[in-house]
Amino acid sequence: MDKFITLKGIAAPLPIVNIDTDMIIPKQFLKTIKRTGLGISLFYEMRYDHQGQELKNFILNTKPFNQSKILVAGDNFGCGSSREHAPWSLKDFGISCIISTSFADIFYNNCFQNGILPIVVSPENSKKLMDFASDQKEFEIDLPSQNISVEGEKIGFDIEPYRKERLIEGLDDIGITMNYEQSITDYELLQKKNKPWIFKDIK
Amino acid sequence: MSTDSPKTLFDKIWSDHLVKQRDDGTSLLYIDKHLVHEVTSPQAFEGLKIASRPVRRPSATVAVADHNVPTFNRENIEDEQSRIQVQTLANNTKEHGIEYFELSDKRQGIVHIIGPEQGITQPGMTMVCGDSHTSTHGAFGALAFGIGTSEVEHVLATQTIVQKPAKNMRISVNGDLPFGVTSKDLILYIIGQIGTAGGNGHVIEYAGSSLKPLSMESRMTICNMSIEAGARAGLISPDQITFDYLKGRPYAPTDEHWQQAIDYWSSLPSDTDAFYDKELVINSSEIAPMVTWGTSPEDVVAVSGLVPDPSSAKTENKKKSIERSLDYMGLKSGTKITDIKLDKIFIGSCTNGRIEDLRSVASIVKNKKIAPHVEGMIVPGSGLVKLQAEEEGLDVILKDAGFDWREAGCSMCLGMNPDQLKPEERCASTSNRNFEGRQGRGGRTHLMSPELAAASAIKGSIADIRDFD
Repeated sequence: MDKFITLKGIAAPLPIVNIDTDMIIPKQFLKTIKRTGLGISLFYEMRYDHQGQELKNFILNTKPFNQSKILVAGDNFGCGSSREHAPWSLKDFGISCIISTSFADIFYNNCFQNGILPIVVSPENSKKLMDFASDQKEFEIDLPSQNISVEGEKIGFDIEPYRKERLIEGLDDIGITMNYEQSITDYELLQKKNKPWIFKDIK
Repeated sequence: MSTDSPKTLFDKIWSDHLVKQRDDGTSLLYIDKHLVHEVTSPQAFEGLKIASRPVRRPSATVAVADHNVPTFNRENIEDEQSRIQVQTLANNTKEHGIEYFELSDKRQGIVHIIGPEQGITQPGMTMVCGDSHTSTHGAFGALAFGIGTSEVEHVLATQTIVQKPAKNMRISVNGDLPFGVTSKDLILYIIGQIGTAGGNGHVIEYAGSSLKPLSMESRMTICNMSIEAGARAGLISPDQITFDYLKGRPYAPTDEHWQQAIDYWSSLPSDTDAFYDKELVINSSEIAPMVTWGTSPEDVVAVSGLVPDPSSAKTENKKKSIERSLDYMGLKSGTKITDIKLDKIFIGSCTNGRIEDLRSVASIVKNKKIAPHVEGMIVPGSGLVKLQAEEEGLDVILKDAGFDWREAGCSMCLGMNPDQLKPEERCASTSNRNFEGRQGRGGRTHLMSPELAAASAIKGSIADIRDFD
């Protein structure tokens, strides 16, 4: 997985609340069996007209925001469907940091599996950052020190230490869990005694 | 937590599945059952292949194609991408020795319908699936939640998942449900009360006297939409109704294991005085038949109400969001909900595609015709639900009323298959999401109970079941 340490650039403002994963990547793009190539379809219905032409007034279609690596969005970002196609499409577009006042749980988890940093800020700071984003100010995200810097202002953020470590190191969860193979096997053998109807196949 | 302090149902399932509490604050949780479908699994299997990792315990996984399958003429899936995706699931499950219910199998259906139907879903289990509506299975007192594809891969490889404990929230609903009010209305009402982010970070346990008499089907409808309240999982304590539902189902425990299982399941309900981080108590008399007017499941109003006025919003954000929704939905504030004219009716989905739902619809439309301008579609939740309905003659009643009678799948709940709304078409839907574009680009969805949808089909506009004869 890609590491995330620091990130510098302008941020695209998207002041809509409850942006759901259907909005981020609509159903017709879920037929793929690959993780890549979804960036072009990100926010499809807001970004393209019925003929598939780019809508000029959508933020990610306008310069310089079409190059944004950071998104500042309204409350409860990523609600709805669990589709990991949502973070895949954001990442493929080039976005690896999303700032909001809150995220839906599954989407939040999915971000960390893909080297994307979701940052939760207070409503006041969200408003401030939304304005900075609209004014095309440069954002600097520093994960090790847990700070967003814009225009000389520093806004700190919280992140659970294990999530931070995984992002900074680009660690693979499966690899880490496989180190606990013996504990998993022990658990199964114990539970076979307690709940034999669930562990019939465990010898 | 000490072992003798009072525990919630969630706490009990959690501690019973804890493989390892790790130093970094995360827990490794064992997963008893993993349900897999065609849309969110191909990349997970691909990941295993790239890393040369096997599936750790194939018998703990069951697979079915449901999201992306046509509901008619499906011997040969026309859409190439859909066909490849379904075939990929068949190939992957074969390669790894995972049980797969084929499209032609009568047990095929929506993953959250067939789990309970087969008795795969059982109290006290941990269950995951790459689908947010996995919360459905919580109706059995199983800790069940949706995961992303990377986590699907993790579970396939290790039979565990990395988690931090959720917070406990209890919503108690007390009193008999008023006339015309179903479990769908109850959950829509709750989402309206706490909002789509109200359950974030929590597992919601539903309790109270209103739930006690409810069937498993009705309980599943409630837990199903927990995700629409932001919670990852919903839970209801298992009881005699749960045990009676499970007894004799193909995957349910048998013989000496049955009593052993009952003993275990009976130990699961939350202890008196267990601690909840959040509590909400609702009196059932507050609840009326509910309908959504906007583009978020929290945009609900009683069917006897009006389309809201943005200027009544408490915050500027909320006002903007109401304006945006009304614009998308093509509605004017102040319009009576029962004056909203409909183009389509969709009965189905993991929320309301079970036999009980079809029985309710049939009882309402019997010897009636749906309005001439309305198209109605019924998609049973599984092949077995369809067969059962046909055995009871429900299909004849429904077809006589003018409904299309389809094969099982997710269908127009998410519109990945050809069943979609056209721009500006308005639909009464028994599904779970009214998001912009969810049922088809520009399509307008009003969520409601099967009873309301059936009455609305006859009337041609949204109907109040309480005034319907």
